[in-house]
Amino acid sequence: MSKPRVAIFDFACCEGCQLQIVNLEEEILDLIGVVDVVEWREAMSEQSQEYDIALIEGSITRPEDEERIKEIRKRAKILVALGACATIGGVNKLKNNFDLDEVKTCVYGQDAGMPHLATGMTKAVDEVVPVDFKIHGCPIDRKEFTYVVRCLLMGKTPVIPDYPVCVECKAKENVCRWEYNEVCLGPIIRAGCGARCPSTNFRCFGCRGYVENPNVEAAKEVMDKYGLTIDDLKQKMELFGSKQEPTI
Amino acid sequence: MSKNINIHVHHLTRVEGHGNIVVNVTDGTIEKCEWQVPEAPRFFEAMVRGRRWDDIQTIVSRICGICSITHSLASTKAVEDALDIEVSEQADTLRILMHYSEQLQSHVLHVGYLVAPDLFTAPSVVPLVPKAPDAVKTIIRAHRVANQWSDLLAGRTTHPTTLKPGGLTKIPTEKELRQLQETLKATVNDLVTICEVVLSVADKLPNFTRDTEYISLKQDNPPTYTFYHGDITSTDCNGDGPVHIRDWEKVANEYVSPQSTAKWTRWHRDAYAVGALARFNNNADLLSPLGKKVADMFGLKKGNCNPFMNNIAQLVECAHVVETSIEMIDRLLTNGLKEEKISVTPKAGRGSGCVEAPRGILFHTYEFDKNGDCVAANICIPTNQNHANIQKDFEAFVPQFMDRGQDDLRHGMEMLVRSYDPCISCSTHMLNVEFVK
Ligand code: SF4
Ligand code: SF4
Ligand code: SF4
Repeated sequence: MSKPRVAIFDFACCEGCQLQIVNLEEEILDLIGVVDVVEWREAMSEQSQEYDIALIEGSITRPEDEERIKEIRKRAKILVALGACATIGGVNKLKNNFDLDEVKTCVYGQDAGMPHLATGMTKAVDEVVPVDFKIHGCPIDRKEFTYVVRCLLMGKTPVIPDYPVCVECKAKENVCRWEYNEVCLGPIIRAGCGARCPSTNFRCFGCRGYVENPNVEAAKEVMDKYGLTIDDLKQKMELFGSKQEPTI
Repeated sequence: MSKNINIHVHHLTRVEGHGNIVVNVTDGTIEKCEWQVPEAPRFFEAMVRGRRWDDIQTIVSRICGICSITHSLASTKAVEDALDIEVSEQADTLRILMHYSEQLQSHVLHVGYLVAPDLFTAPSVVPLVPKAPDAVKTIIRAHRVANQWSDLLAGRTTHPTTLKPGGLTKIPTEKELRQLQETLKATVNDLVTICEVVLSVADKLPNFTRDTEYISLKQDNPPTYTFYHGDITSTDCNGDGPVHIRDWEKVANEYVSPQSTAKWTRWHRDAYAVGALARFNNNADLLSPLGKKVADMFGLKKGNCNPFMNNIAQLVECAHVVETSIEMIDRLLTNGLKEEKISVTPKAGRGSGCVEAPRGILFHTYEFDKNGDCVAANICIPTNQNHANIQKDFEAFVPQFMDRGQDDLRHGMEMLVRSYDPCISCSTHMLNVEFVK
């Protein structure tokens, strides 16, 4: 049997998720042994036409990028969204809170009308084409990445947590960020990162996206207890969750 | 030889981001020779408006994965400048230590994984694994050390979770610092090995020079080969520098080029260069002994105007940051580590932060209202500052190397772009070589 052909593509993003693949260090050599990486612009010069697995990093922000992702979808058996930019739109979606022409003028001034500076609403990949699997996070977690890729290579469905970050955080016995009057999104955000941010005394800002049924009401109630406002919560939820359900 | 060259390299590989090279030569006359940057713009300066002072780093870190620590530090310094927040000497030293981990990580990734294939004539690092397993493993080892180093100081390798205006949310233990120091001491030999491997193929770096302006930070008090503190200087400064970082807009003079979604810059001339070679050309006398030794190995001297030598200046800096960090850890351990409380009262203000990314000087400015909500931002990224210089290099490079044929010329131009270590995702992506001869 020939090795599965894997390709990696990037759209509007910081390329930090690809970097996590490079950061697998020696392990990447094992992975390269079992798959055939046929296209990876950032790391190699070769290019290909068909893929068993296409890994997509980044958000879709321009009409030409919508066409490109549709073309990739046609050629890929399995399409995986890699990282928050691809799974939920990530920080790129902050742009959607503004009028697009105004955003362009803000950055490019009087030159904003130049045709090559065109931009559209930021979309997560599944807002344009069907996505088979999502690897969450900003950036993705290296261990979770190898786990998902191994599952896919063995034809298994990966199991991704659908409980909140708080569960992992409490298991680590961290002092809750709310005790420091910080708005931490742990109660409504999908676990799987090992509560990375609260474990370094930083609030969870929601990079893995919401759990399936986020209990925003409960989160609102705690706001009162800590003397914070709904606006404080909204501010934090918008960072990685602009224009996404649930909204408050 | 044919008189027509038509190169069109769409989306240059082995660079971070997208760029195109277009060259068109008809009957020996260059009709078009362009460096284009068509990457999707991301509008960070517009997106941070309305965001609170303590969320700015979380957002702008995402401008670039490979320099996320640098973006985080520049923005954090800018917020501190705007809100008049003091930072302790301990936090300052730990941040510089964090910053050096990214310099090593990025330089090793660039020279080891992205440039080495060119020097060994391979399409990627993958075919080099069976050819030179020991060399590849040494590179991977150094890269891993850099990442573990970032993990310890920044909370993770990419997009720090320990930085907050006023200091750090979490500091390492003395034991962890001692272990890091041991690891860094052991890495010195690996770095020397990597330098020797690169030296064995250094003759593959084209012999091409073009006089240009080099811009970087400069720190006099105490005199330091700086990445983090200081003012802005240039090899063209003649009584008109150094410039305070708050005045960076007078240095960058950004403008929009029809070739690019990224803004271009110019100061004394029509283009300038930033990065390891710029820092070296301004500050080489302040390198650590090992840094100087590596420069001597390659015969790299102050005033070098060969853009391909930026790769070598990066190796020099790898040696410098590792050696300097070993000393910094000594200092931290002698003083003893203290837990520090951060407390910040938001206020209105405008402030700037300027630090050296691995690929060159980076500027951030923010303005906040009385609640500490951001009302305006301006960010100028190193890769953008190099675009005009790359274009000028192309204009000099093509006539000199045109006779070697389309394939060699194309390869040379790709290498030239890569030597600037561009991360175009920062600015917005790049490569298209079109050639008719
Ligand atoms: S998800 Fe985060 S780390 Fe990954 S590409 Fe997007 S911004 Fe970068
Ligand atoms: S710090 Fe955040 S993640 Fe941890 S328990 Fe508190 S709310 Fe949950
Ligand atoms: S704690 Fe929250 S913000 Fe941090 S990595 Fe986990 S999901 Fe992302």
